[in-house]
Amino acid sequence: MTQLALVIDLNVCVGCHACVTSCKQWNTSGPAGYMCDDNPYDRDPTGTFFNRVQSFEIGEFPNTETVHFPKSCLHCEDPPCVPVCPTGASYKREQDGIVLVDYDKCIGCKYCSWACPYGAREFDEHQKVMKKCTLCVDRIYDEKLPESERKPACVLACPTNARLFGDVHDSGSDVSIMIREEGGYQLMPEWGTKPSNHYLPRRKTRIRIHEDELIRADNPLKKEGLKPAKVIDDQTLDDVTSW
Amino acid sequence: MHPAFSVIFLTTLIGAGQGLFLALFTAQSYAAVEFVTIKNPHQFYAYGSAIALALLLAGLVASFFHLGHPERAWRSAAQWRTSWLSREVLVLPAFMFIVFVYGTMHYFNRDPMIIDVQNQPLQGQLSLYVGITGTLLCFTLFVCTGMIYACLKFLQEWHSPLTVINYVLLGTASGFTLATAYSAFMAPNLVNLFGTWAAIITLAALISRSASLFRNSRIKHKSSLQSAIGIRHTNIQQKAMGLMGGSFNTREYFHHAKSGFLKSIKWIFLILVFIFPVILLSAGINQKSNDLLITAFLVQYIGLLAERWFFFAQANHPQNLYYQTV
Ligand code: SF4
Ligand code: SF4
Repeated sequence: MTQLALVIDLNVCVGCHACVTSCKQWNTSGPAGYMCDDNPYDRDPTGTFFNRVQSFEIGEFPNTETVHFPKSCLHCEDPPCVPVCPTGASYKREQDGIVLVDYDKCIGCKYCSWACPYGAREFDEHQKVMKKCTLCVDRIYDEKLPESERKPACVLACPTNARLFGDVHDSGSDVSIMIREEGGYQLMPEWGTKPSNHYLPRRKTRIRIHEDELIRADNPLKKEGLKPAKVIDDQTLDDVTSW
Repeated sequence: MHPAFSVIFLTTLIGAGQGLFLALFTAQSYAAVEFVTIKNPHQFYAYGSAIALALLLAGLVASFFHLGHPERAWRSAAQWRTSWLSREVLVLPAFMFIVFVYGTMHYFNRDPMIIDVQNQPLQGQLSLYVGITGTLLCFTLFVCTGMIYACLKFLQEWHSPLTVINYVLLGTASGFTLATAYSAFMAPNLVNLFGTWAAIITLAALISRSASLFRNSRIKHKSSLQSAIGIRHTNIQQKAMGLMGGSFNTREYFHHAKSGFLKSIKWIFLILVFIFPVILLSAGINQKSNDLLITAFLVQYIGLLAERWFFFAQANHPQNLYYQTV
């Protein structure tokens, strides 16, 4: 079975919000109608977004790190938002695992948004229906687009390649390999929602060096600068065996 | 969560309507075995059912204000297999229909006998069966309403059988209090019966509601900021929420009230729902004062509005972890 999803690499996300704006641009221009935007250039701007980037500061000054954290619908494999919907407007597609809302059926009761622990759904104040990320279902299958562009708008926009898109059920796909080899994880695993979207953690490359590895005991010329005094006088295996 | 007034009115109004119907049927079953005698029984049940129906209808109307697309509300009956909300949508009108039938049968005094029990004609057989159906639907409706909240497992304050028990007991209590006031006008000899039950159920509700308050005050939330963003560090501060003015996420899941207000609402509802009504009921019964009995119901109902507000405000949605700087 296919399960399309995003893998978001927190190691390289720079928090530029390119995914946010390109998502809004694509989805507000689609056949499903616009995504509202009230007071966009005024005080208290508010509107519907499928994707938002949040920023967190980890640690205490001066040892801090800023993590930018993009969040959209995670297309859970066991989505708690779907069974609670009274109308069947919220559903999970069999063929590719995308969780969608049928805007023509939704009565705007907001119950599904209560049932999503991630706050991934946003109620559109103009159209009065529930909206959320569609994984750009209207472009990923569009054969009029060149193959390389059949990806969600956010993935194409990301300048640092922090967003990867693919089938997480295919163990050979790029996204699966990244999840497996780079420590991909799910958000709030405690609720058993099995989010399909994964996040890759910050990764640092470190070598662990033990002190004795810094001293070349077997240096034949004994010219190393950093030689602990004690070691010089002691016999080494070289002294005994080099003849 | 943000307490929505449409839902507060829906749940409190139908609760009182359901309770009133249960009270009427209690009286009828007592009368059927000749525990009590009711003058003008048909009028008593018919007008009582009309009041119950009016409350249910008012609740239904209130619920429509919650919907973004009320004109599509009929669609919400579709997913009864999985959704408690859908089940409630089906059971509420079914219950209203039965209350209507029950009231109409009594109003027109059409109450044919169905079964002859050992040649001792029990009166009102058919309406008793309709009443039993109504009672079953009434409890189903209570369970549906409660389960809408109790089934959301990560809203840990709600995810407990106590939520359902509270809905049953609080609704029934207000219905019986209303029945006490109603009978003071229509059938004064029932005031004692209803009043006693109203006090007993109110005290039972006090126990179960206090139990849930106690449970919620010691609740350990399973999710943390660490599990929400998957970063293991004890010191994480949110610097940006991904929005400037506010969004659905900052509006729908917060009560936006000061913690002092939250605390005072708790004491206010404990007094208005439980303490005052019991005092007013006993005073009203002792002094044979209809006004006091009506006041008992009104005070309890207002208290229930506060109780419901608090019920929503106290629930802490895990998505709030992503919105720490609100
Ligand atoms: S992230 Fe929320 S809205 Fe998306 S599938 Fe999971 S529960 Fe549903
Ligand atoms: S808001 Fe729409 S999609 Fe969500 S539960 Fe209600 S009807 Fe279903």
